[in-house]
Amino acid sequence: MPPRLGRRRMAGTEAVSTGVDRMPVLRTEGLTKFFGGLCAVRDFDIEVPEGALHGLIGPNGAGKTTVFNMVTGLYAATEGEVQFMGQPILGLEPHWITQLGIARTFQNIRIFPNLTVLDNVRIAYHPRAGYTVFDAILHTERFERREREITEQAQGFLAVFGLEGLQDEIASSLPYGQQRRLEIARALAAEPKLLLLDEPAAGMNPQETYELMDLIHFVRDQFKLTILLIEHQMRVVMGICEWITVMDFGEIIARGTPREIQSNLRVIEAYLGKRSVIGRRTATFVQEA
Amino acid sequence: MGEHWKWIVGVVVFFVVVQLLISFRALTTYWATILQKACIMAIVSLGLNLIYGFNGQFSLGQWGFYAIGAYAAADITYRWKQGDMAGLAVVLGALLLGVVFLVFRSRGTVQRIGIGILGSTAVGWVVHWVVTGSASPWSYLVDVCAVVTYLPQSVSAQVVLLAALFFGATAAAAVSYLLGLRLLKMGGDYFGIATLGFTMVVKVLADNADSVFPEMKGARGMVGTPQLASWFWTFLFLMVTVVVMRNLLQSSTGRAIISVRESEVAAKAMGIDTARYKTLAFVIGSLFAGLAGGLYAHRYPTLHPSAFHFVKSFDPLIIVVFGGLGSITGTVVASFAWAISLEGLRLLPRGMELWRYVIYPLILLLVMLLRPQGLFGGAELGFLRRRTWPRRDVAPQAGTAQDGGD
Repeated sequence: MPPRLGRRRMAGTEAVSTGVDRMPVLRTEGLTKFFGGLCAVRDFDIEVPEGALHGLIGPNGAGKTTVFNMVTGLYAATEGEVQFMGQPILGLEPHWITQLGIARTFQNIRIFPNLTVLDNVRIAYHPRAGYTVFDAILHTERFERREREITEQAQGFLAVFGLEGLQDEIASSLPYGQQRRLEIARALAAEPKLLLLDEPAAGMNPQETYELMDLIHFVRDQFKLTILLIEHQMRVVMGICEWITVMDFGEIIARGTPREIQSNLRVIEAYLGKRSVIGRRTATFVQEA
Repeated sequence: MGEHWKWIVGVVVFFVVVQLLISFRALTTYWATILQKACIMAIVSLGLNLIYGFNGQFSLGQWGFYAIGAYAAADITYRWKQGDMAGLAVVLGALLLGVVFLVFRSRGTVQRIGIGILGSTAVGWVVHWVVTGSASPWSYLVDVCAVVTYLPQSVSAQVVLLAALFFGATAAAAVSYLLGLRLLKMGGDYFGIATLGFTMVVKVLADNADSVFPEMKGARGMVGTPQLASWFWTFLFLMVTVVVMRNLLQSSTGRAIISVRESEVAAKAMGIDTARYKTLAFVIGSLFAGLAGGLYAHRYPTLHPSAFHFVKSFDPLIIVVFGGLGSITGTVVASFAWAISLEGLRLLPRGMELWRYVIYPLILLLVMLLRPQGLFGGAELGFLRRRTWPRRDVAPQAGTAQDGGD
């Protein structure tokens, strides 16, 4: 385990101890989703306080992404309630939920492939464009001013993610890691209060992963965000999350600080199977994580 | 505007040269008609490119809206020529409805102008009531339109043409709005088939239009529409369409329209109301089709329903794909290439004319095999090219990112 990870975890746990009474940005209650007879998520309760960096982990197929899709309105929940900043949002159209302040990224990257890097980010400003179709067609002064402002702000977000030199590149031509960063930059440009990241480190090598985790930490502090992060690689979340919720087969099986999760038998069972709980492999697992 | 002066000069020179050639009869009527046909097809196809190429909704309904625009516009000028002001009165009524809408939806100067127009209309109506003793708003509108007859013939004809074109385009847009509300939910191939059905329905309606509007003469074809769409108007409206498309697509609204094509889910996740932008693109695209239909009706002496057969609805599709989906330049170039080559192939040596039905499909096949993305792909030329911005690498501070969001 690289030493950097350990230090970051220490910083994380401090944040949790001071943040117990913060208002929940996201709260779900009894969130349930059936696909036909299959229960993808059952009774999902979570509370994400303001400013938290909260991890949602679990083996493949545990229902993590389904939770994201329900929170962002892409799926209709079968049952339950979702509150964002104290306001119920279940049943709202996805674009309304984004405009309220929840932005997300996708597990399989969904950038706008044929648009430039700059345009990918500028799209996020559309709900706040501040001019009408007629301003655009007639090229009014308001159009010019807002376009310049939007572009400058979008370029700022590109700079945060080290993409400023690539603004005129076609997005699909970027290497994988940069596409992931572009997707996060685009989500940030939507100026959310809550950022949902769906396996941001998927497909990245360890070096890229560490850099990304540093960046996520930085972004959370810089833009005063609350972040909920899905990941199935244990070591990634253990490094940066202050609080972790573990899912398996659609249900929450554990919650706690990374240290608590690491030694939780049900979690180990879910990840490695029942037999591994006994004996030496438990110890190896904990070390690896 | 400044950096584009070369293109503006080029376009004006092209227009003037063609106009002079037509005026001095150096260009036969036949070839002048082909150039106008190219302009008209370019307008329809640009509309389709907005729907299919930029918004990603596969539509075969463009030809139906073209027909609606043609018949709606033709009816206005036809009636005017017969001394019947009813058509113009309908246009005026539609305009006033638009002003009412504007008054409710806008603020500031625009709203004040709108209220002024509505106010003076109301005053005029009262005066009309007192003078003629008729309180009917309809007879008021008809009498207002009769003012056109006091203008010199050449001026009034152009005014009536503009009113008719406006009406044709609006009628097509209005129908597309109602249709789009219902059909755009389906998406994909289903939308394509449904719009194809729409085009067929419009053709059948045109065949039987005489049972409601006798002057349209149904399947016998409508004749007697004044031929007012000159090279000036067709070319001007093509240029207007190109500029409107460009400005629209290079704005935030345009990015929203394109984002729907790129990834609907991602667009939603970016806060874009995808249903709204699908409808918007569909309505604007149909508006262009209606406008082109109006121009067509005033360029060809006979308006026959067979011209609106659904098989012909593949022409704009061919042009859009041939020129490149998502390229304004490509569509305009392909429209001219289409019109000139298809008609130009008629000039093959005597006895060989029928070979154009071999050569034309072969050209299509070869282009699609060798260049499946179309002539221009998604690229643009000159004035239409995407605006580039100087690079800038200052990261936003926590506060400033929120400031601009009003």
